Formats: sequence, C-alpha cells, structure tokens
Amino acid sequence: MILVVEQILNGAQFGLTLFLLAAGLTLIFGIMGVVHLAHGSLYMLGAYAGAMVMTMTSSFLLAILAALSFSFILGLAIEYLMMRRLCARDHLVHVLATFGLVLFFNGLVAFGVGRAPVFMNGPQELNGFVLIMQDLPYPLYRLVVMGVGLVVALLLWWMMAHTRLGMLIRAGSLQREMVAALGVNIDQLFLIVFALGALLAGLAGVMIGPIRSVQIGMGEQVLILTFVVIVVGGIGSIRGAFIGALLVGMSDTLGRAFAPSLLKLWLSHSQADAMGSALSSILVYVVMAIVLIVRPRGLCPIEE
Amino acid sequence: MRFKTLLMAGAALAAFSAPSFAEVKIGFITTLSTPGGYLGEDARDGFLLAVEEEGGKLGGVPVKVLVEDDQLKPANGKQIAEKWLESEKVKLFTGVIFSNVALAVAPTILEAGGIYVSPNAGPSQYAGKGCDKNYYVTSWQNDTLHESAGALANKLGYKRMVLLAPNYPAGKDALTGFKRMFRGEVVEEMYTNLDQTDFAAEIARVRAAKPDAVFQFHPGGQGIAFLKQWAQSGLKDQIPMVVASPSLEQKIVASVGDAALGIKGTSHWNGDLDNETNKAFVKAFVSKYHREPTVYASQGYDDAKLIGAGLKGAGETLDNEAFRKAMLKADVKLTRGSFAFNNNQHPIEDWYEIGAVKDADGKVSLHSFGKVLEHQADAYASACELK
Repeated sequence: MILVVEQILNGAQFGLTLFLLAAGLTLIFGIMGVVHLAHGSLYMLGAYAGAMVMTMTSSFLLAILAALSFSFILGLAIEYLMMRRLCARDHLVHVLATFGLVLFFNGLVAFGVGRAPVFMNGPQELNGFVLIMQDLPYPLYRLVVMGVGLVVALLLWWMMAHTRLGMLIRAGSLQREMVAALGVNIDQLFLIVFALGALLAGLAGVMIGPIRSVQIGMGEQVLILTFVVIVVGGIGSIRGAFIGALLVGMSDTLGRAFAPSLLKLWLSHSQADAMGSALSSILVYVVMAIVLIVRPRGLCPIEE
Repeated sequence: MRFKTLLMAGAALAAFSAPSFAEVKIGFITTLSTPGGYLGEDARDGFLLAVEEEGGKLGGVPVKVLVEDDQLKPANGKQIAEKWLESEKVKLFTGVIFSNVALAVAPTILEAGGIYVSPNAGPSQYAGKGCDKNYYVTSWQNDTLHESAGALANKLGYKRMVLLAPNYPAGKDALTGFKRMFRGEVVEEMYTNLDQTDFAAEIARVRAAKPDAVFQFHPGGQGIAFLKQWAQSGLKDQIPMVVASPSLEQKIVASVGDAALGIKGTSHWNGDLDNETNKAFVKAFVSKYHREPTVYASQGYDDAKLIGAGLKGAGETLDNEAFRKAMLKADVKLTRGSFAFNNNQHPIEDWYEIGAVKDADGKVSLHSFGKVLEHQADAYASACELK
C-alpha cells in the first residue's frame, strides 16, 4: 500500500517535470508550427546556468533567476536571428536548423565548461523529508518540484484563458493571416511565445539539476519523451500537455515499479526482471499508440 | 621581418618533409562527444601525456597519434578503423572506451592483420575462447570490475542484497560478475533503462525490499543521477551501497559532492596509490591539464606505457610477433603498481577498496583503503588457448 502511494507520487512528480518541458514545446510546435529540436538544449543551458550561479553564490533563488533570464534571452535571440526566417519553410528545414543548434550548443558547452558533468546541489533548506504517511518519508525537494509544475500549469491556464496575450496566441495559432489582418503584430507574438517556451525549458533545467546529472546531451535524453507528451496531449494545447505529461509520467513510473513483480506471477525471477524492464520501457509508446488510435489528434486537440 | 617569415616558412617545410618512415602511427579511436565524452577525453589526455613525456616517442620509437571521435556508435568506430587501415596505413590501434564500439572495431583491425590494445573496454567475447594474439586489454576484463565489488560486499559481511543495472549487455555482465563473487543472497535484481534519468521507482522498490546493502552499476550521468536521488531519498544513511569503479570515479564524485560520502567502491587505481610513477603522473597531469585525473586518464597513461613496452621490442617495423613478445613481458612501471598479462592477454592486477572522503576545507575526493583482491585474473582466461 505504502509502495503504491509512493510510486503514484513518483509518477506524478516525473509527469510534472515533463510538463514543464512539454508546455513550452507544445506552444512552439502548435502555435508557430516549428519543429524545435533545440528545446532540449535550452533545458540543458538552463541547468548549466543554474548550476554555475548556484556554485558561485549558493543561493538557489539566484540560480533560478539566472536560468530563467539566460534561457529567456537565448530564446529571444534564437527566434529573432533564426526561427523568424525559417518559420515559413517546411518542417525538414526546421529539423535541420534546430538539430544544428543542438550540436552547436553541445559543442559550446564542451568548449566552454568541459565535457565532464558539473556539480549542482539542491538548496540546503529543501534537503529534508516530509512524512506523507506512516513509514513513507518523501523528499521535500521532489514535492517542491511538483509544486512548481502545478503553479506553472495554473499560471499558463490563466494566461491562455483570461489574458489578451493568451487570446492572441490561441487566435494566432488557428487564423494566423486573419489575426495579422486585424493589425496584430504576429512576428512579435511569435517572439513572445518562443521566448516563453525557452523560459519554461530553462526553468525545467534548473529545477531538475539537483535531481539529475547536469551534463552535455541531457536535453536530448528527455526530448523524445517530451514529444510523446505533446503528441498524446494534442499539439498546441496546454491542457493536453498537462494531461499527457501526467499520463506518460505515471505509465513510465508505474510500469517500472510494478511490471517485474506482476510478471513474477508467471515467469521465473530473472526472466521477470529482464522482461519487466523491457516491457516498462515500451509501455509509454504503447500508451501513445492507443491514444492515437482512439483520438488521432491527441487527448485535447485545439479546436479549429 | 621578411627574413623572419622566410625562416618560419622554411621551418614549416622542414617539419613537413621530415622523414616520416621512422614513426609508427597509432590510431586512437575513442568517444569524445555524447554524455560519455569525458571518459574518452581523459583517456586521450592520459595517453598523450605519456607520449609527450617521452618527447614524441613510446618505448624509444617515434610515434604519431591520430585521434578521432566514434560518437559512441559502433558503426562509426568501424568506419574510422577502415579508413585509417586503408589511407593512413595504421597498424596499431587503441582508445575505445565502450564495449559495444570495441566489438565492432577490434574484428576489423584484427582481420586486417593489425594490433588492437584496449585501454578500457574488456568484453568477455575476447577474453575466453575468442582471445586473439593481436588483441590486448590493459585495463580490466569487464566482469572483474564487478567481481571486485562482490568480494568487497563479502568482506563487509553483507548477506541480503538488491542489485541494479541498466538493461544492456554490460549491465547484465555487471550483475553476472558481481554474483560470481558474492556469497550472500540476492533478494532482487532490477534492470533500469539505458536512457532513464529518474530512479524514484527503483529506489522505492529497494526501500520496500529492505536489503542489507545494494549494488548498482550506472556509469557516467546515470550514476550521478542515481547517487543524487539515492541521497535525497534518505536511504543513503540506512542502506549501504557497494559499486565498482565506473559508478564511483573522480568526475562522478566531483559532480555529486556529499551524496558520494559513505558509498563503498572498488578500483584498480586511485589518485592516492602510493608509488612513484603514480605520484609523478598525477602531478604532471594536473599541471598540464589543470584538472584531477580520472581512472580513465590513468588507464590512457598506462596503456601508452604498455604499448611503449611493445614498441621497444618491435621497433619501427612493428612486427606483430616481436611486439607481442615484448608487450606480454609488460616491463614498465605503471600508475596502478602491480600488473601482468595473463595468457589471454588481459590483466592480472590488484583491486582496492575506495571511498569518498571530505577533507577539512569541505572538498570531497576519493581515497583508497587497502586491497580487496590481489593478483586477480579474470574468469575466462582458462578458456583461452593462447599460451
């Protein structure tokens, strides 16, 4: 029982961190129509910026601020210098250009910081545990990461539903020409969306830094799952990204947690251990396939 | 001014036309990009340090080291080997870090009559029946790494253990190696995915299984993530952890800090091993590259020294038999101290207990604490027909 509760928490936490990445990507992909492979690089650079400021100042708040401002400015620069010119071209061009960026940023980090993973600790105050149930201490930092994910989800929902910017973003994604004809500066709108996505990626990076390894290539590792999330959720939809992220996070974690013990009902121990691991690694893709069969445009497609 | 330029041009020309027939080309295929890139970088830098110390020679023979990145892809490694065999007439190769790449590179070289010396990867395929007289490993046979961790677990008196490793060949070898030596009961084996970065689910399962200790094999970034999350889960102070060298090396310790304290590891090398060669190596490495050497750097350095021993016997002509005869004597001083080649041309060496220690100014570094295994050979040597 305790194990089930703990694993559900783990799944939710993994899902919410995926959401931070997916929210930005789904906006960029859904609204600008840009395939943005370098989203993972912004996540990596956010983590590096955070790790460095954390080491220098040992203040986690400053680290978050540094990561946010760095990735935001970088997002502005990438959109203004590159994406703006490529937006109207087809997806292959986006893939080539952003993949180039991935290689460039990986090279840049190798050159500037070195290839070895860098040190990043969480804030000292958040090192403890919270006793969620009898015999179930849960790391406080992971709860904070979950909290940040939830707050970001709420803020994004509010922005999309209740602000002028959100209205323009929704309108711009469906009727780009019409919105432009009404006198809205579409270029500026896209610039904001792209930089906002970059900011969220940077936030994900700095929040994850204390839990995972801050190193070159960390972005590419999570990018595939992030794409799964936005495809499952429905491209361009924040609500979809939220539901998709939780679904992917849960199925991945619960699969790894329980598949081996379930298989042990039928198989020998060592077979079940190996099979369980293999099964859980494809589970996410099975879920994606089922969702796409039932709802080909994802769980929460944006309405035309 | 013009005279100076002319002089320089002359010098450059002279460098170009210097007799090149006397130097032996060494092909160093290694992993420099991807998250595993720092392993290859250190191996390369250790290797080049040894070459530089001898003034561009190894074992008295002038060498030219070609380096290229295999990007951790077997096909790339194989392609580089083919290219150098063809166009550069390279005969002597080394450098590969990862076993899957080594298994693609080595056959290509051996079939072409070349020599391959591995500074890190020691897959079982080449240690037993498949051993080859032109194939040498200067680091370890993969299983031995984890056998040493099993021996340490016995020594520490652990009876019930949970084992974790990624679900790929080297991960399975790790658990096999550990179990070969470990005499207690294995409560549960958990396989993680190779691209996994969040281990909360597995850590919760370990908590539920309540073992005496855990053994885990997660090299590089995965190991860093695992150690951080292990410390955050609070289990670090309740359940001891035993690991082998790749999951507790200098870079991992530098990147997790306090989370490494209390973890028990094994290695055949450490920066504090008390011998003259090692002291000089660490000093030279730090002064040249401005960073602490890792176990991979020491392996690159030792690899170069052993190749030097072979070249001393073979000379510039690089006759395979003469090279083998001199190489197998291994008559050089290495950073890890005791070393000999077994009949399968894999190492017989000592294994030490290592662990992270925090010094007075708060810096966490690896220390060694005596031998776990002495003159340890690998489990496959008896199946090898070489003498």
